Amino acid sequence: MTRAKLEITTPSDHELQWSRVFDAPRTRVFEAITTPEFVRRWLLGPAGWVMAVCEIDLRLGGKYRYVWHRERDGKEMGMSGVYREVLAPERIVSTELFAEAWYAGEALGTVQLLEQDSRTTLIQTVRYESPSARDGVLRSGWEDGVSASYDRLDGIVAETAED
Amino acid sequence: MEWLGAASRDPARLNALFAALADPTRRAILMRLASGEASVNELAEPFRVTQPAISKHLRVLERVGLISGTQDAQRRPRRLEAIALAEVEQWLEPFRKLWQARYAELDTVLAELGARDRKRERRTGKGRKKNK
Repeated sequence: MTRAKLEITTPSDHELQWSRVFDAPRTRVFEAITTPEFVRRWLLGPAGWVMAVCEIDLRLGGKYRYVWHRERDGKEMGMSGVYREVLAPERIVSTELFAEAWYAGEALGTVQLLEQDSRTTLIQTVRYESPSARDGVLRSGWEDGVSASYDRLDGIVAETAED
Repeated sequence: MEWLGAASRDPARLNALFAALADPTRRAILMRLASGEASVNELAEPFRVTQPAISKHLRVLERVGLISGTQDAQRRPRRLEAIALAEVEQWLEPFRKLWQARYAELDTVLAELGARDRKRERRTGKGRKKNK
């Protein structure tokens, strides 16, 4: 099976947007991205990191909290936020705050699910507080030493191996 | 950081690239040039800005090496510089790979949920069809 392409764009200098088509109706995609049991399985950290905490209170004003844990040295990376809009199965808006200072301040994330012919396009948009905060996310990512882990994923992402 | 590769070893260079790309008009110009060379007039056309303003944007893009061909101010077509864009792609790579890996796993989860739903449908199939 050829893997669908991940499109990454910068709609404005504060934002980052990426999208991907999934071979499933959006009710199913919505379930997979909002149920802890499933989110734990796909919202990976780099290799060597596991998702230790995944709490989701999916309602307006409800909170979510994700924590990844690196087995090698016990280092943790956390992310949490509050749901600002929950419209199943098509739209979720939530704040994003990283426990470790991955980027400065709070960001606002929007996930949109568009269905056509039983396939779903997932569009994720994150609006950062400033252009430099956004650029910092792209520049820093998780942290040093991640390169080797990403290399192991190269098989999965063969379609980008053009450089 | 080391794992981002060559582009990030010079933070000033990356900052200049980011700054050049931070402007929507300049990003639109790059997208236009991605489909082929174009003159200043052709580039100015879709935007509600003056030609000198476009020329200013072009100079910014040229300074960081994202485009070339601005020597002969008016006539020469502008060209996208693939190497500079590859540099931009390079700093997107870690981010891209992380999300591609995540979505590859999400594909697997979705396939399992699909199988589960089909099984449920078979079990309650007749009843559901009647309800429709």
